[in-house]
Amino acid sequence: MAKQENMTADESAMDETSRREAMAVLARATQAELEAAWKEWRDKPEVEPVRGPETGLVMLRGRIGGGGSPFNFGEATVTRATVRLSTGQVGHAYALGTAKGKVRYAAIFDALWQDEQTREDVEDTVLEPVRRRVQARTESRAAEAAATKVDFFTMVRGED
Amino acid sequence: MYVAVKGGEKAINNAHRLLADRRRGDRSVPAVSLEQIVEQLALGVDRIMSEASLYDRELAALAMKQSRGDMIEAIFLLRAYRTTLPRFGYSEPIDTAEMRIERRISATYKDLPGGQLLGPTFDYTHRLLDPALMADGEVEPGMAAEAETGRTPRVSEILAHEGLIESDGDLPDDHRTGDLTREPMEFPMERDIRLQALARGDEGFLLALGYSTQRGYARTHPFTGEIRIGEVEVLLEVPELGFAVSLGEIQVTECQMVTQFKGSAKSPPQFTRGYGLVFGQSERKAMAMSLVDRALRAEELGEDIVAPAQDEEFVISHSDNVQATGFVEHLKLPHYVDFQAELDLVRRMRAEYEANQKKQEGNGGDTLEAAE
Repeated sequence: MAKQENMTADESAMDETSRREAMAVLARATQAELEAAWKEWRDKPEVEPVRGPETGLVMLRGRIGGGGSPFNFGEATVTRATVRLSTGQVGHAYALGTAKGKVRYAAIFDALWQDEQTREDVEDTVLEPVRRRVQARTESRAAEAAATKVDFFTMVRGED
Repeated sequence: MYVAVKGGEKAINNAHRLLADRRRGDRSVPAVSLEQIVEQLALGVDRIMSEASLYDRELAALAMKQSRGDMIEAIFLLRAYRTTLPRFGYSEPIDTAEMRIERRISATYKDLPGGQLLGPTFDYTHRLLDPALMADGEVEPGMAAEAETGRTPRVSEILAHEGLIESDGDLPDDHRTGDLTREPMEFPMERDIRLQALARGDEGFLLALGYSTQRGYARTHPFTGEIRIGEVEVLLEVPELGFAVSLGEIQVTECQMVTQFKGSAKSPPQFTRGYGLVFGQSERKAMAMSLVDRALRAEELGEDIVAPAQDEEFVISHSDNVQATGFVEHLKLPHYVDFQAELDLVRRMRAEYEANQKKQEGNGGDTLEAAE
């Protein structure tokens, strides 16, 4: 019995980690990507807005010296939305910027991701293409920066 | 006597219409788009975000377009916009060691782990105008090379184990992080609020103060320990979810200035540090911020306060260019009644002065006669 409870706790922790990752991908998607994915989605449930989409501010924090005590160093615009699907799931989304349409779609896909029936579809048709695009950009940026790495060499002094 | 009047409504409306016309300029020239501003005037956009203290590239580009490129006006517009929005919360502190680095240099260590990446820099250019940019020619993409992945430790972490450099700034455990957008400023202030003020401070003002410390006004012997530019993830703890949600990435510039310190009654000889953290790619501002942060730690480190850059109240009270421009520019608004009152006063003082003058001339004449 105790063992079974542990497993459930582990599973829910794993679920939370996967959902955080899914939400992170949705936050990095473009409005066009999510809009196209929603358009293609078969068996669309009814979507009821619970909150938003609404734009507000998040105060960003840094740390003194990079790793010391926190300090507030400026705000960023953030848009959030919460929706409820006719299937019962409630989806949340938060993303930097003011794109209300995008964040509403992100909340819908967060709700669909939570439904065991549709999670795989969300992973394959929505998240995977965004992950690939973001990964490709990250890699090409890193490669471009790496090409500007300084190779120091010692001058030949010609003493003899 | 001046009687209060109203008016100017038509003049104001027509002036604003004229402003819109001049903003657009010659109609045969295509209008600039926000995407063009974000992509091609990126460092100007970054400056607006940094000094408006609001990270949003699209809105900063809109502000730049609306202000005809007047940076302080654009900063003012964006700062005003932020007051219309609700606050959702405070992010988790960003971790610059996890930055996706685009540029990273150190003037103190040649061979630091992760290496020196010059990135897209103006350094080592010859500062010659490039006539090729007058046309819209092809531009080659950046070269690519194999990149190292993973965490890049800050140079301060590398130096720390010798004990010759002070650690990152730690405030007392019970300290609540201050927020100058929520609480009125009080002097003296803690370093966290000071850094918040400096992060939104005017680049020109901080540059001049940083420069003054190099020229001997509160000399601090600085070295650029490290500058890094790149993207960091922003996380927000969301109560309804019970975990921190990733909101996306922002680009920041971080500067670790390292300064020689001969020791004082309060601290042993060591390298002390100044810190700069700024939105976008804003290296000059981050460097100036770290110089001024260090200078303002004079009291904490037991140094004599002898120069403007060490005077916390002077520096922080005058670093915000929205406040500064508001007070300076208000002088051009009608002061007819104030001026009328002062004019009366000066007239009276002048009349008294001339009467005294006359009286003294009368007395002076008598003395002269007596002397003769």
